[in-house]
Amino acid sequence: MSQAILEVRDLTRTFGGLTAVNRLNFSVSPGSVHGLIGPNGAGKTTTFNVISGFYAPTTGQVIYQGKNVSGMTTVSLARIGLIRTFQGTTLFKEFTVLDNVKIGFHGSVRSTLIAQVLGADREELAAIEKQADELIEFFGLADLRNELAANLSHGHQRALGIAVALAAQPKVLLLDEPFTGMNPEETSRMMTLVRSVRDRGVTIMLVEHDMHAIMGLCDKITVMNFGSLLTEGTPQQVRTNPKVIEAYLGSAIDAA
Amino acid sequence: MSRGKVNPWLWVAGIVLLATLIALPFGLSFSQREVAVLLVINVLLVSSYRLMTLTGEWSLGHVVIMGVGAYASALFSKRLGVPVPISMLLGAVTAGAVAALLSFPLFRMKGFYFLIGSFAAGEVIRLIWKYFTNPFGGPKGLKLIPGFPDIGPISFFEPLPYYYLCLIVVGMSLFFLYRIERSRIGLTFHAIHWQDKLAESVGVNTFSYRMLAFVLASTFAGLCGALYVHYIGTINPNRFDVEEMVFVLIWAIVGGTATFYGPILGVVVLTVINEVILRALGFDTARPMIYGFILIASVLFLPNGLESLVPKLQAWRTSRRTAPEGTPASEEKA
Repeated sequence: MSQAILEVRDLTRTFGGLTAVNRLNFSVSPGSVHGLIGPNGAGKTTTFNVISGFYAPTTGQVIYQGKNVSGMTTVSLARIGLIRTFQGTTLFKEFTVLDNVKIGFHGSVRSTLIAQVLGADREELAAIEKQADELIEFFGLADLRNELAANLSHGHQRALGIAVALAAQPKVLLLDEPFTGMNPEETSRMMTLVRSVRDRGVTIMLVEHDMHAIMGLCDKITVMNFGSLLTEGTPQQVRTNPKVIEAYLGSAIDAA
Repeated sequence: MSRGKVNPWLWVAGIVLLATLIALPFGLSFSQREVAVLLVINVLLVSSYRLMTLTGEWSLGHVVIMGVGAYASALFSKRLGVPVPISMLLGAVTAGAVAALLSFPLFRMKGFYFLIGSFAAGEVIRLIWKYFTNPFGGPKGLKLIPGFPDIGPISFFEPLPYYYLCLIVVGMSLFFLYRIERSRIGLTFHAIHWQDKLAESVGVNTFSYRMLAFVLASTFAGLCGALYVHYIGTINPNRFDVEEMVFVLIWAIVGGTATFYGPILGVVVLTVINEVILRALGFDTARPMIYGFILIASVLFLPNGLESLVPKLQAWRTSRRTAPEGTPASEEKA
């Protein structure tokens, strides 16, 4: 196995007396789709927020490209290619689809303030707009380019959310429940999109409840329960692991 | 945000507006010309305030920051003998620098807390002016501040030349503000207003952009102060108290802050109401009360400000043009 692009070592995060994540270890190999699942309250979202810089770890480390990035802010993580998305349809709803994606390209802007005021950044703007259009096309939103994000359907809004993240040139994309609230058709369309994002060379880590999507997409799955690692493996291994079934459904005796 | 080809009518309107602005003082009395000078300065003041509100933060310290520019420019010219045009620029820079310093405590807060924090910061600055008689002149302020130097036969002591000077300075500043808003920086300001967490997740440093908006807005507010002080020739701390700030807020709210022209519309309309109509009726001392009524009325009946009338007016005109029979076509579709 090649060296991990993202690694969590002995990660612990407590809130007051509550230990939300307890000595968690896992690693994500480059170019893979990595799932993080677990019952409600297992600490998935906290783990996600620690990796993406919303919280600092209480103890333990987050290693990205061989470098300890624990406690770095979301902004500086975004600059080095670790981009997260949000649960639900968090977008600039008052902006057009195009302007949403243009904000995603924020990190690519090199023009100075004076150049922007004088309009000397036209070439750069045009280049960014061209790239933005390519992304919009890639996500099948070309017809909606000048539509306000608020007017898009749920599935389109989710796709746009990923387009904005992808505009920021991620090496690792952290997707927070990208399939929530989607109908089966939207889910399968989103699965195709996630695969094609992976095929662009972006490593993907996702937190998700939709087992169909998780099993169909992921190369490797990490299962958490009560803040700790329960098990880890391929979808096939996880699906048949009795510990996982027990965590989700209760033990065989309870079920009987 | 629609950006695209410029409507030819906009050019015509622009030229008419420019001609009106140049011809305006000739139709005014001496005291009205003085009001016109202050109005032009206030247009820049309220426009710079809007730049700040783009990031979603409303400040109660903007007029005090204007005062920082006024005091700084006055002191540079009076105490250090700096030529007035240069001291004006230094005053603006000082206001921007003070804003940059204030950013560090103030932008730890958002929304209502920022509002109160900015008020407190402004009052601290005003107390410093009152307390330190040297160099700020204490409660009585500063007097005999040098005016703008004469250029040949043109004396800027007169309102007419000073009006044109302000028109040029304010016009250039407004162009700058407009370009900022239409640039990527403006887009980023809006983005921070609507979804700061999402903006951060794609690498936008929200603190430095909030600071940038605050510093730019404050620099232009400082320029307003400098333009003001070298015309009036005297200042004291009470000129920049919270009542003046409330007037700026009322101009912005009555005009509306969604468009660039909204606040300008607000300050122009309210000044005209105040100076022309109320003064003619002998009512002008009741300005705070009248402004209060106007604010309440506009919040009740025109919640999106005077600017929201403009698209309605356009829709009304096109509907008249397309339906000359007078059928009430899509009037609501503004």
